[in-house]
Amino acid sequence: MTATSGLAGVPLAVTPLTRKDLASDQEVRWCPGCGDYAILAAVQGALADLGVRRENLVIVSGIGCSSRFPYYMNTYGVHSLHGRAPALATGIALARPDLSVWVVTGDGDALSIGGNHLVHALRRNVNLTILLFNNRIYSLTKGQFSPTSERGTVTKTSPEGSVDAPLDPITLALGAGATFVARAIDSDRELLADVLGAAAGHRGAALVEIYQNCPIFNDGAFDALRRKDAPALIRLRHGEPITFGDGLGVVRDPGTGRLAVARVAEVGTDRVLVHDAHDPDPTTAFALARLTDAPLTRAPVGVFRAVTAPVFDDDARAQVRMPAASDRLAALQRLVTGPDTWTV
Amino acid sequence: MADVATLDRVVIRFAGDSGDGMQLTGDRFTTESIFVGNDFATFPFYPAEIRAPQGTVAGVSSFQLHVGSWDILTPGDQPDVLVAMNPAALRANLGDLRRGGLIIADTAEFTPRNLEKVGYGSNPLTDDSLAGYELHALDLTGMSVRAVEQFHLGRKDAARTKNMFALGLLTWLFSRDPAHNLEFLDAKFAAHPQIRDANKAAYSAGYHFGETTESFTSRYHVPGASLERGTYRQVTGNRAMALGLMAAAARAELPLFLGAYPITPATDVLVTLAEAKDQGVLTFQAEDEIAAIGAALGASYAGHLGVTSTSGPGMALKTEMIGLAVMLELPLVIVDVQRAGPATGLPTKTEQADLLMALFGRHGEAPLPVIAAQSPSDCFDAAFDAARIALEYRTPVIVLSDAYCANGAEPWRIPDLSTLPAIDPRIATAPNGPGDSFQPYRRDERLARPWALPGTPGLEHRIGGLEKADVTGEISYDPLNHETMVRLRAAKIDGIGVPDLAVDDPTGDAEVLVVGWGSTWGPIGAAARRVRVGGRRVATAHLRHLNPLPANTGDVLRRYRTVLVPEMNSGQLALLLRARYLVDVQSYTKVRGLPISIGELEADLITLIDTQEAR
Repeated sequence: MTATSGLAGVPLAVTPLTRKDLASDQEVRWCPGCGDYAILAAVQGALADLGVRRENLVIVSGIGCSSRFPYYMNTYGVHSLHGRAPALATGIALARPDLSVWVVTGDGDALSIGGNHLVHALRRNVNLTILLFNNRIYSLTKGQFSPTSERGTVTKTSPEGSVDAPLDPITLALGAGATFVARAIDSDRELLADVLGAAAGHRGAALVEIYQNCPIFNDGAFDALRRKDAPALIRLRHGEPITFGDGLGVVRDPGTGRLAVARVAEVGTDRVLVHDAHDPDPTTAFALARLTDAPLTRAPVGVFRAVTAPVFDDDARAQVRMPAASDRLAALQRLVTGPDTWTV
Repeated sequence: MADVATLDRVVIRFAGDSGDGMQLTGDRFTTESIFVGNDFATFPFYPAEIRAPQGTVAGVSSFQLHVGSWDILTPGDQPDVLVAMNPAALRANLGDLRRGGLIIADTAEFTPRNLEKVGYGSNPLTDDSLAGYELHALDLTGMSVRAVEQFHLGRKDAARTKNMFALGLLTWLFSRDPAHNLEFLDAKFAAHPQIRDANKAAYSAGYHFGETTESFTSRYHVPGASLERGTYRQVTGNRAMALGLMAAAARAELPLFLGAYPITPATDVLVTLAEAKDQGVLTFQAEDEIAAIGAALGASYAGHLGVTSTSGPGMALKTEMIGLAVMLELPLVIVDVQRAGPATGLPTKTEQADLLMALFGRHGEAPLPVIAAQSPSDCFDAAFDAARIALEYRTPVIVLSDAYCANGAEPWRIPDLSTLPAIDPRIATAPNGPGDSFQPYRRDERLARPWALPGTPGLEHRIGGLEKADVTGEISYDPLNHETMVRLRAAKIDGIGVPDLAVDDPTGDAEVLVVGWGSTWGPIGAAARRVRVGGRRVATAHLRHLNPLPANTGDVLRRYRTVLVPEMNSGQLALLLRARYLVDVQSYTKVRGLPISIGELEADLITLIDTQEAR
């Protein structure tokens, strides 16, 4: 039997939760104007909307500004080590199918020091929802370039501009075989709520990249996308043609198969690519992710990919057969004794 | 027909190319020993390369077996019998053989090319250089090939049965009943009748060759041992470790979770537990050592008995997560099957050089219990004890084993699991603070904090690597609170009850005390026994708990004029004992990747005792 919802097996709340029920009594200590405030509010709202019990929510984080997240949630939570949240979360998810397990991480945490764990959690398809707050900077250590900083970013450790090529979390996740990949923006509450709900409902690993503004060390990094009607926003909606900005659309070059941006009026509506998030082949999702440019003038947001695949923790548990409590010691005694014994 | 001579013990080493099946041959001979009721200890010795170049010294794989009529403590250091399947095996092992010992060598492999490969200028089987030994140069390959002719195997497959021919010959030489192995071959190769019949034929041919040849003047018989009454099985250290962990989980009525990454010589712990899914064991083969312990810690947080198993290089990588486990105060067992280091070192060879890393190798003040296993079967008890302490005190616990314990095997009196102590994990079910609040760092009488599992309503709480406020567990940067917490964490570990250090001093008036830890237990015990048989006095004591140390340790050390501390490292326990107790212990160290030699230790002890008594 294969569960289809990410929340299958998680007990439901008797009385619906509100956003306030999920706020802990701790004072929130992010900098004024930090994008994390908006994300916290959106996550609290989205989690309340899931309808599951508060005590069955577990939030695991690594290290960085975003990783303080669990302290502000009145749920179970672990603030773990830099980069290692997916590892702890994998253990929790394997151990307990009745928990909804969330990972909160940042670009440095998930993609630099913890890149290995992220890749493996995704390719295994562990039933986790991973929220990757991407502010393209190391903020907690006061402003050094991160693995998602654009080339040329001037920081304290790159005074003449960063010469590191940036990593794109979406293409990385797709390359790792992730079954659910989405992008949202801290400033778009509605989009964030939609994506979080879809991610929580996905059975398997869901990666949600959230563009998050750091007002102190990388202010304005996503200004091109902040307005709801920003022409740079390419909104992906399953089953709908991909259009954006002032009459632009995404089309496929019939010769090369590559994606390109064209004026819809010039190429005709029929040629505009219709988004298929359920396409088993990730090639088009990858090509869509590659439309994100630098400096940032356009970026797709929404769900790139949502497909069904075997779920690691479900399959691992299915192989385990715990003897009945009354027989457990006897069963183990048989194993301890083994087939070859002799008596003195 | 040869005479039968009775021996009370014998050490046999099977040595050949790593593809020659020496491990299987040794294992089968061990099983035959079981049927005659011998006590035994075994030690496989294999190269780090799976198939090193054929016929080279680097590619030699061997299996040593010590069988006897009484209380065998170690696999022995000087073989009495060497089976050498090629020149490389002879070259690599001859130095260890007892002078006058028996050599069985396969002449077919002693070709000019093979001799040259290992630097023999002339053939040692014919040049009289082995005159000091009882040499039996036999064409094992040729005789095997002829014995299996009727099965029409390829030349290569036919020659591969030579290990069974050699085993058959040894079966005869040691007056064993060949029926057991014939049955074993029936079962092992049931699906391959041709291979089955060929192996049986080669085995029988080896046995009959012994009977008909006149080259052996004597057969041997090692009578059964008078072991303590009970039902026994053979067990390796890694298997016993896995079983001990399972037993602890069962007695705590918790699921067992192992997160591990394959690493020599610890992999068999993972393999054994991966095969125990019908015992409710969940194993997670992680992407790396860090994820392995991270997932185990996550599983512990979620209410399983979380365990990770590794060796030195993996310990180095897990260091930060062990520190987190100290801070989170969650149960976690870390099994370190030590191997020779640093770096990759000698991956298949034994050493005890991770002691100080286990005790102190973390940033910040991060004390935790450290327990050492002293023999293959003792890994069961060490694992059980470690898990019990981890669960009762909410702490990571390191269990130190080593390649010698892990791969060695010995008879094990099978424990009755229902007589093992029950472990109460005391999982929190209700609020413990004012106004029905939950205080995750409010401690019990053991100073252990409550273990509240996700899914429990009303106990929602957040934990993490940042310093905790005493009692409430909230983040605290307060200097005095940090000091309080550092001291509380230390006091919790120091307060763990460990049994007093027992001293074995048969005459009660020895002046020299030998203190060991871990797998030196066997060599120290055997050397001390030989010293005593020679009429000298010596006391021994062995530490299972390295942290906290038994309360009487200082008193025991001060009671003796000389304290000798043998270790397979550069003196790590000695450093600790000197620092902790201001006792001028003498360090005795060997770092060759091999168990401490009983013969050497015996001789050195005799010198030490005699010098001391002359003073």
